[in-house]
Order: sequence, then C-alpha cells, then structure tokens
Amino acid sequence: MSASNDASAGKDMLLHYVLRLADTSLILGQRLSEWVGHAPALEEDLGLANISLDLIGQARLLLSYAGEIEGRGRSEDELAFLRDAPEFLNLTLVEQPNGDFGRSLVRQLLASAFQLELYTALQSSADTRLAQIAAKALKETAYHFRYSAGWVVRLGDGTAESRARVQSALNELWPFTVELFASDSVDEAVAAAGVAPRAADLKAAWSARIDAVLAEATLTRPADSVYPWHGKGGIHTEHLGFLLAEMQFLQRAYPGCSW
Amino acid sequence: MSVATPDLDSPHAAWQSTVWALLATVKDPEIPILNIIELGIVRYVRGASCDAVRVGLTPTYSGCPATDVIRRSVEQTLARGGIAQAVIETVLAPPWTSDWITPTGRVKLTAYGIAPPAEAVANPKRLFGAAVVACPRCTSLATRQVSEFGSTPCKAHYLCTACLEPFDYFKCI
Repeated sequence: MSASNDASAGKDMLLHYVLRLADTSLILGQRLSEWVGHAPALEEDLGLANISLDLIGQARLLLSYAGEIEGRGRSEDELAFLRDAPEFLNLTLVEQPNGDFGRSLVRQLLASAFQLELYTALQSSADTRLAQIAAKALKETAYHFRYSAGWVVRLGDGTAESRARVQSALNELWPFTVELFASDSVDEAVAAAGVAPRAADLKAAWSARIDAVLAEATLTRPADSVYPWHGKGGIHTEHLGFLLAEMQFLQRAYPGCSW
Repeated sequence: MSVATPDLDSPHAAWQSTVWALLATVKDPEIPILNIIELGIVRYVRGASCDAVRVGLTPTYSGCPATDVIRRSVEQTLARGGIAQAVIETVLAPPWTSDWITPTGRVKLTAYGIAPPAEAVANPKRLFGAAVVACPRCTSLATRQVSEFGSTPCKAHYLCTACLEPFDYFKCI
C-alpha cells in the first residue's frame, strides 16, 4: 500500500470515529429535547433541556470537525439534517425511545458515565482538535452524570413503583451497553494511532461508576448480553428512522431553508 | 476601567486599548449585567495594526446559544468603533472556566441576584462536590439546591431556607 493510500485510510477511520462521537451526542440531545414541555416538574424540564443543549453543542463542534476532515465542504447542518439512518454512526443505546422519566434517566446515566470516561481519555488524544473538544465536553458531562445518577438513586431507592420501573428500564437498556466496549476496525485503527482509547479499556472504570450508583439505588446490575448491537457501524434499531423523520423534517421539506 | 490583557505577544499600542474599551461595552445577552471581559471569555486581542485585529473568544458551554449572538455583537461594536475587518477567532483550549469571571464580575453577579461560582475549580472537590452557596439577597449560607440546572446551562437553581428566596447559582465549571 502506498503512503497516500495509508493517509487516505487513516483519514477515513478518523472521519468515522469523529462521526460516531458527534452522532452519539446529537441523537441523545435530540431524544432529550423531546422532553421539553413534558417533564414531571419544571426543574426537570429545564434540566433535561440544558443537558440536551450541551450535547447538541458538543455535536456541533464534532460535526464541524468531521466536515473538515471529509473535505467535501459539508457543514455541520448538512451532516445533521441530510444524512439517512444508515449513515448515522451513533451508539444504539442513545436512539432508544424515552419511555418514562426513569427510563430516560437510566439511559442518560449509562451514556453519561461512558462519555465521562471517554472524554477523560480523549483529552490526551494525539489529535489536538479532538483533545480540545473532549476537554470542553468533559466539564459539561460531569454535570450530566451527577444529575442522572442523583435521579436514578432517588427513583431506585424510592417507592416500590419507581423502583420497579427503573429496574425494568435498566434490564431493557443494559444489552445496548455491550456495544460501548466492543471494538471494530475503526476503533482498532484510531486506538493504534493514539487518537482514542481502546474501547474495552474504558469498561472497568465505567463499571465501577455504574456499580456505585446502582448499589446506592438498590438496583440489580443485569447480566451482560452477548448480542452485538452495531449502531456505530450504521446498523440501527427501527427507532432511529422515526427520530430522524422529525429532526430532519424542515430541511427535507424545504431544502436550504433558513431563518 | 482597567483590564488585564492576557496577550503579551505584541507590544501595547493605542488601538489595543481602544479595542479592549470597545469589548468592555459588549454585554452577555443572557446576563446583561456582565460585559464579556468580566465574564472572562475574551482570550486575546492581537494584530499588527488596527486594520488587522484578531479577537479570541471562548465559549462558556459548547451549546451556549449566546455564543453566536456575542460574536456578532463584537463584530458590530468594533465596526462602529472604527475597527473594521476584525476577525473573531473561537478558542477552545484551554476550555473556559468559571474561575475566569473577574472579581468585579463576581460582585456584579451578586448584586444582580445570582450567586457567583465558588472559586477555584482547580480544586476537584469544588467541581464535583457540593459547593457552599451564599444567598445573594440575605447572605445566609442556609441554602439548598433545587435543581442541578437553572434558567441556562451555566446556572443551577437554589433556594435560600432563611429568607425563602429562590435564586440562580452560577455553576463551577
């Protein structure tokens, strides 16, 4: 393989990896925004909207960078609004429907704990831009984790009803966490290049965080599943299409519309 | 007012003072009591002359909707002040910290009814643990957090249990 082919392959891997990070934040941010006006209390409505805003802000920084790596002049907006489901590379976990408040907070806890470990490691990425974005996002993510952990503890160690609901949400969402730590060729390539940590290396710290919260919440950690969900490879559950239909409606119906 | 110029790259020139004075008139649209220097988001003013000014701005939060507004406001303010063609650069690293809010800014926040951030984010206990927050109305320390998130991402929602006033707390980040 020639040097230019190597460089091109490396660029492609980096683009894929940055899109995974960007899409995970974007889709989770979009999901949380569905709570606006519907949360159980005004304070939580504001809390979820603010986390959504942070995530969409992180997605904007990452999508802009992805557009630059790609080098075809696509903006953050074009990448967000004009790609179809198979081109989205978010973790399958974050596209799962909101369900009730407890279920949304369980999903947030699992995702925020992961982003916390990921961004911590990415601060020392060989890719300077990624390291800068991670350092910024990490501070915000610390609050997302604390907020979601606080609610999972309150609901888990709450009434029989709230406890049953969050335990059931945990059982349903747990299988999607396998993908967080499963490596494919993109993960291996960026890890080898010093751009990102090895996905599997994040699991111990993530587990410790989650176990501490579950213990305080008196919830039971489900057994690990073996099914390899692969949203980060573009293979999604049916839920993503519905989410995109809403998120992308305006740009699809009125291409180029701005206000 | 006097402002600390963090940029030591170029010799001090009269136009730089003009630019800093103009920047001091740009308010944060969401906390209009503070100008952007007091908020600590102006990172540098650079350039060879007043015709080639570069201003470095850093976002407080990745998704802060005020960022774009502030950027446009800086461009317009500089243009009106005779500094044409200023280039506004976004600086991501090191990330903004609430430690950069100036002492004047902290006093103004309190007077405005927003409790300023506990100082020294460098201490991880302050960032991740519970901060001791004084009520901006009655100065009582008998306060409790109502919600981790307030009216904007940068604030938490608190209640004073002494005077019963609900208030915003500018979070440490």
